[in-house]
Amino acid sequence: MDMVQTEKLVYEYEKRDEEGNVIGMSRAIDEVDIDVKEGQFIAILGHNGSGKSTLAKHINAILVPTEGTMWVNGRNTSDPEELWNVRQSAGMVFQNPDNQIIGTVVEEDVGFGPENLGVPTDEIWQRVEDSLKAVGMIEYRHHSPNKLSGGQKQRVAIAGVVAMEPKCIVLDEPTAMLDPVGRKEVLKTVKKLREKKQVTVILITHYMEEVVDADKVYVMDHGRVVMEGTPREVFSRVDELKNYRLDVPQVTILAHELKKRGLQIPDGILRKEELVEVLCQLN
Amino acid sequence: MSIKLEHLNYVYSQGTAYEKKALKDICLEIPHGEFVGIIGHTGSGKSTLIQHLNGLIKATSGALYYNGENIYEEGYHMRELRNQVGLVFQYPEHQLFEIDVMTDVCFGPKNQGLSPEECKQRALEALQLVGLKEKYYQSSPFELSGGQKRRVAIAGVLAMRPKVLVLDEPTAGLDPKGRDDILDQIAYLHRQSDMTVILVSHSMEDIARYADRIIVMNKGTVMYNDAPKKVFEHYQELEKVGLAAPQVTYIMHDLAKRGMPAKTGVTTVEEAADEIMRVLEKKE
Amino acid sequence: MIRDITIGQYYPAKSILHRLDPRTKLVSTLLYLVSLFLFKSISGYLVATVFLMAIIRMSKVPFAYIVRGLKPIIMLLMITVLFNLFLTRDGDVLFHAWIFTITEGGLVTAVYMAIRLIYLIIGSSLMTFTTTPNELTDGIEELLGPLNKIHVPVHEIAMIMSIALRFIPILLEETDKIMKAQIARGADLESGNMIQKAKSMIPILVPLFVSAFRRANDLAMAMEARCYRGGEGRTKMKPLHYQKRDHMAYIVVIVYVIAVVVIGKYVPLHIWVF
Repeated sequence: MDMVQTEKLVYEYEKRDEEGNVIGMSRAIDEVDIDVKEGQFIAILGHNGSGKSTLAKHINAILVPTEGTMWVNGRNTSDPEELWNVRQSAGMVFQNPDNQIIGTVVEEDVGFGPENLGVPTDEIWQRVEDSLKAVGMIEYRHHSPNKLSGGQKQRVAIAGVVAMEPKCIVLDEPTAMLDPVGRKEVLKTVKKLREKKQVTVILITHYMEEVVDADKVYVMDHGRVVMEGTPREVFSRVDELKNYRLDVPQVTILAHELKKRGLQIPDGILRKEELVEVLCQLN
Repeated sequence: MSIKLEHLNYVYSQGTAYEKKALKDICLEIPHGEFVGIIGHTGSGKSTLIQHLNGLIKATSGALYYNGENIYEEGYHMRELRNQVGLVFQYPEHQLFEIDVMTDVCFGPKNQGLSPEECKQRALEALQLVGLKEKYYQSSPFELSGGQKRRVAIAGVLAMRPKVLVLDEPTAGLDPKGRDDILDQIAYLHRQSDMTVILVSHSMEDIARYADRIIVMNKGTVMYNDAPKKVFEHYQELEKVGLAAPQVTYIMHDLAKRGMPAKTGVTTVEEAADEIMRVLEKKE
Repeated sequence: MIRDITIGQYYPAKSILHRLDPRTKLVSTLLYLVSLFLFKSISGYLVATVFLMAIIRMSKVPFAYIVRGLKPIIMLLMITVLFNLFLTRDGDVLFHAWIFTITEGGLVTAVYMAIRLIYLIIGSSLMTFTTTPNELTDGIEELLGPLNKIHVPVHEIAMIMSIALRFIPILLEETDKIMKAQIARGADLESGNMIQKAKSMIPILVPLFVSAFRRANDLAMAMEARCYRGGEGRTKMKPLHYQKRDHMAYIVVIVYVIAVVVIGKYVPLHIWVF
C-alpha cells in the first residue's frame, strides 16, 4: 500500500518587496512526484533551501499543495476534514530539539500528543512508557528536558511522536544541530524503531552517510526531485551529487577518486568495508 | 602575540550543589600565526576554554598570558584584549540586530571608538573577506539566508581586525557547500594575513584538512596536543571518548591490517588516494 | 550569571508537597499570601515564620536554592524598604539629616514590609518549586473552569502560562549567550547614564526578540503537528483527583490562617523598638 504519494505537487508562496507588496510567486516545490510504500525507509536529500523541508511539511499537512495532490495513508491532505487523521498517521520530528518539546518533564511531553488525540488516561500512561522504552529514554522520564543533551532531546521528541502511534514518521533534519555522538544516537534510535514497530520512516537530511541503509533516496534541488534510486545508484554519481551541494561520504569519494586514477572499482561504494575488500583483492 | 595558559582551572557555580570542574589544570601554548583545531565532544570543556581566551570567563585559578602579559593581573586592559582576540560564537547569526548588514558589521569597530568613515572602511573590507555579495550590504540581516547571515556575523568580528580569530563551530547547521565555503574562506584569510586562527569543530574531516595542530579536549583536560597525523594515530583512544578519526584513516588502518603495505598516517582523501596508488603501482 | 535565576523553576524531589494536588497548592498559597496581611504583631510574624519554615522543610528543596531565588528581587526589595523607611512619618523621629527623616513607624513598616515581601516570594516560589508547570496549568485550568461559561479561554490561558514557564530557562541561557557575544564585539553594557545604558541593551534585546519569535513559530508548528487543537476533546495524562493528603493539607492551612489571625491579634507580644 502507498503510505505517502504525491502527484505533480507544487507549492508556491508570495514574494514581497520591501514595502510588503506582492511582486510575484516563488515556487518552493515544483511538480514533485514521490511514492513511499508502507514500511519503507526513504531518505530525501538536498542542500538548505532545496525545498526538502517544505515537502516534509506537506506530509503532515502543515502546508497544503498550491497545485497537485498529496495523499497520506490514502487521505488527501488538502481535505480539511482529513486534517487530524493525516496528522495522526504521519508524525513529525523537527530540527531544533528545544523548540518542539512542550512539556517541562520528559514523560509529560511524550503524553502531549496522546492527550490531544483524546486517548484515555490509562492508555496514555501505557503509550508513554512504551515509547520512552522504544527510544531508550525511560530512565529519564521524570527529568526536565532542559538538562538533556541534544541527542537525548531528539529521542524524547521521537518518543512524543511514537506515542501517537503514527504509521509514518517524518524526520526533518533531526541531526542538523547535533554533535557526532548525538547524531549517532538519533540514527540508532530510528533504526531500532523501524525494527520494532515496522513504521514507515522518511528521513530528510543533508548528511549522506545517514542514508546508506535507505530503501530509496530522493535528491532535491530547486524544488524538484533531480535524482531518485537506491543509495548505491545515487551514490555512484559522485560529481552530480557534488553539483547539488551534497556531502558524499569520504569512502565514496575515495573510491571515486581511485576509479578515476584507473583502478577497477565498482560504482557506488557506501561502506568502508566494501572498499577495503575491493582493494585487497586488487593487491 | 602568543597565547599561553598555565595551570588554568575553572569551576562552575563554585560552592553550590551544582559545582562542576569544567577545566582542569590546562597548560597550553598557541604561537602566533598558527591554525589550531580544537576538538572534543559536547561538555568536554572546549567552549569554556575558548571563552577564557578573550576574558569572557575568568579562570578560578592559573594564569593566561597574552603577549607575555597575564590578563588576570590587576589593571590589565580587558577591552584591549577583546579587540585583539575576536570570538565568533556558535550560531553567530543569532546576534545580528541592526537595520542593515553594513551597520551591523560596523558595531564592533564603532565600539572600538573608530570614526564613522573608518568603521565603514573596515566593514567593507570584512564583508569582502567573507565573500558576501555587495547587493546585500544594505539589506536587513534578517532577510538573508542562513549561510549569508553567518558570513555577516563573522564579518562583524573580522571588522575589528583581531590578531587572533576564535571560531566556535562556525559551520554548525550549514549544508556541506555552505560549510566548505566558510572554511575555505577562513583558510584563505589565514594564508593572507598573519592571523592566528583557533577553530572549534566536531568534524574531524574539517579539522584534518585545515589545522596545523589539533588540541583534543576530554573531561576538562587536554588529551592530545599535536599535529593532526599524530593525533589521529590514536584513533582507538579517540573513539573511547566519543570522537573519531576521519573515515579515510580507518580505511588505511584496515588495509594495513589486511596486509597491504600502506602508510596509516593519512587524514585526507587525496593523501589516501596517493598512498593506495603508490602501493598498488609499486606492486606491478 | 543570569542563568542562576531559580525563581519559578521546578525543583524535582520526592516530598509530600510535590505529591499534593496542584489545586490544593494553589488555593493554599493564595490563603497564605492573604494571611501575611492579616496581622500586625510580632506574634503573628512568629506564627507565619514557623509555618513557612515547616513547609520549607517538608518541601525538601534546599534552603540555599530558595535563597538564591530571592536574588533577582533584591532591587525591588530595596526600593520598597527605602520608600517605607523615608516616606512613612509616624512616631518618634530616630534620624534626621537634610531632607531625610526616619521615624520609628517608618522603620517598623519598612522591616515588616521587607519580611512580608520575602515571605510572599518564598511562599509562592515554594509552590512553583514543588509543582511542575504542567500540573500548575492543570490546576489553574480546573480552578478557573467555571469561568469558561462566561467565555474566558481558560485552557488557552493555562497553556500559555505553561509554555512561558518552559521557555524561561531557555531564553535566559540565550540572553547570557547574546550578552557574551556582544561583549566580545566590544559592547559596553555597564558604563554610562540611564539613557546610554538603555541604548546599550538594544543589541541584546533585538536578537532576543527575534529568537523568541522564531521559537514561538517553531513551537506552534510542532504543537499543530502533534494534533493540538485547543482544549476540546483533550484527555489528560495526569487528571486531578483529591487525595486524603489534600484534605489534610487544606485543614492544616485553614488552622494556620486562624492561628495567625487569632494569635496575631490577642497574644500580647508587642513590638519593641529601641
